[in-house]
Amino acid sequence: MTNSGGSSHIGSIFSVADILSVLYGRVLHVDPTEPKANSRDRFILSKGHAGAGVYAALGECGFFKLEILKSHDQDGSLLSGHVSHKGIPGVEVSTGSLGHGLSIGAGMAFAGLTDGSSHRVFVVLSDGECDEGSTWEAILFASHHRLSNLVAIVDYNKIQSLASTQDTLDLEPFANKWSSFGWAVREIDGHNHAEILGVCRELPFSQNKPNCIIAHTVKGKGVSFMENSVLWHYRTARGAEFDAAMTELMGGLNEG
Amino acid sequence: MRDSFVATLSSLAEEDERIILITGDLGFRVLDDFAKRFPRQFINAGVAEQNMTGLATGLALEGRVVFTYSIANFSTLRCLEQIRNDVCYHDVNVNVVSVGGGFSYGSLGISHHATEDLSIMRALPNLTVIAPSCRWEAKEATRALVKTPGAGYLRLDRSSEDSSLVGNHPFEIGKARQVSDGSDLTIISSGGILGEVLHAASQLANDGIHPRVLSMHTLSPLDIPSIISAARETGGIVTVEENTVVGGLGGAVAEELLESGIAPGFYYRIGLRAGFSSVVGSQNYLRRQYNLDRNAIANTVRELCGVQYLVH
Repeated sequence: MTNSGGSSHIGSIFSVADILSVLYGRVLHVDPTEPKANSRDRFILSKGHAGAGVYAALGECGFFKLEILKSHDQDGSLLSGHVSHKGIPGVEVSTGSLGHGLSIGAGMAFAGLTDGSSHRVFVVLSDGECDEGSTWEAILFASHHRLSNLVAIVDYNKIQSLASTQDTLDLEPFANKWSSFGWAVREIDGHNHAEILGVCRELPFSQNKPNCIIAHTVKGKGVSFMENSVLWHYRTARGAEFDAAMTELMGGLNEG
Repeated sequence: MRDSFVATLSSLAEEDERIILITGDLGFRVLDDFAKRFPRQFINAGVAEQNMTGLATGLALEGRVVFTYSIANFSTLRCLEQIRNDVCYHDVNVNVVSVGGGFSYGSLGISHHATEDLSIMRALPNLTVIAPSCRWEAKEATRALVKTPGAGYLRLDRSSEDSSLVGNHPFEIGKARQVSDGSDLTIISSGGILGEVLHAASQLANDGIHPRVLSMHTLSPLDIPSIISAARETGGIVTVEENTVVGGLGGAVAEELLESGIAPGFYYRIGLRAGFSSVVGSQNYLRRQYNLDRNAIANTVRELCGVQYLVH
């Protein structure tokens, strides 16, 4: 998918793939036959550059035919490198510029609470986008208004665009920041499916606080030479690299 | 204009609980009554315009009709990308309101001079851009924006003239109101500066120059037929806006005329040519300072008409 279009961000997609898989497979109340059902859980991928992961999950869930995925990033395709809702059933919100998703999710959650609805709003953020002031504006707003139906999941792979988060703008103590802003926080291994599912089953963590799940992840997870590497934020695997990556991924699947 | 907007929105909110007003922590006393009467339809988002605008998008995606409110450039330029990517791309009924268009807050300095917003907002896709000329148009525009699906920008300024008394066209988004008729030239105006234009027009009438005056309250979508008729039927065109001459009303009208192949007898953009104003003062003072007031408009037109008469 990402390979044929050459858009990559493959490291960012692999770091969030387990989270997306558990959310779409086991957690989110969404129905491909009725993608706009009022009672559905809302999902926003705020780190829009991992859009291919959402498209793949939606395709697997039956929101559209899997063949469509082959058009990702190609000339004339609706499946843009950064996630877009236009013409793609199941995508709630288009993102791509960082720091937008949590505000939109907060608006949806505010509406849901006011309406007395029981659905939840999930927003997946990157760690890098926690540099954005607008993300913290939304964090302030959500706790002030006690949006307990809002769930922020941070894909904390600790590598952003040019370097590690630690060397760019250190986020630590990260969990403390969220909790001191009034959120109920849990930390998990973002590749351990049982942990992801377990923590989601505990939602809401509190009756009057928004929920934050800090998912510790590995950028490029699943392909040894991509793991923890800034390079694979951008690079597209070609030739032997592609074959080696596929061998490792298929091996991982067989073991799993 | 601002009070007319708030009063209109209050009466609409009473009947339509989808309507939500979000302020970026501004509107002292002005919004108190709305907040008290409609606590479930009012949010103070704090001094956080980016979140305010994203929030508005989320609410609108859930079926609300949202108005975001702040002054000068805060509800527009500060959160421009949220307006573009979130509001406009998702085509939601979010209406961005700026009180303090042009030099409304002239004494507060350049941070509070909204003098490029019309040009910038006009460039955004899926956005209806309205600069009412008077209290009545502000009321009508507010009603129209609630009813119209999709995003809007409502630029209000401190002018308090009521041009509903002149001209007989009803308010319709995308249709200019002809507020006076004449054949010597057409003055096309956006926003509250229309009050100055009307005073200029009566000065000109005393000199025997009779302008057609259009209130082009909607900059996007633009009323192209009215512009083309004006170029065909009157001697020349002058645009007036309390905004930079770069890419605003004047630019928009010029683009349409050039592409239509209909050349007016003369063409001139009255607007801010100075860039930033580091001088401060009241709205009226700054209008005089930058040749946007009634006398300057009348003098510019006299000069243009004189040139035209010499040519013919």
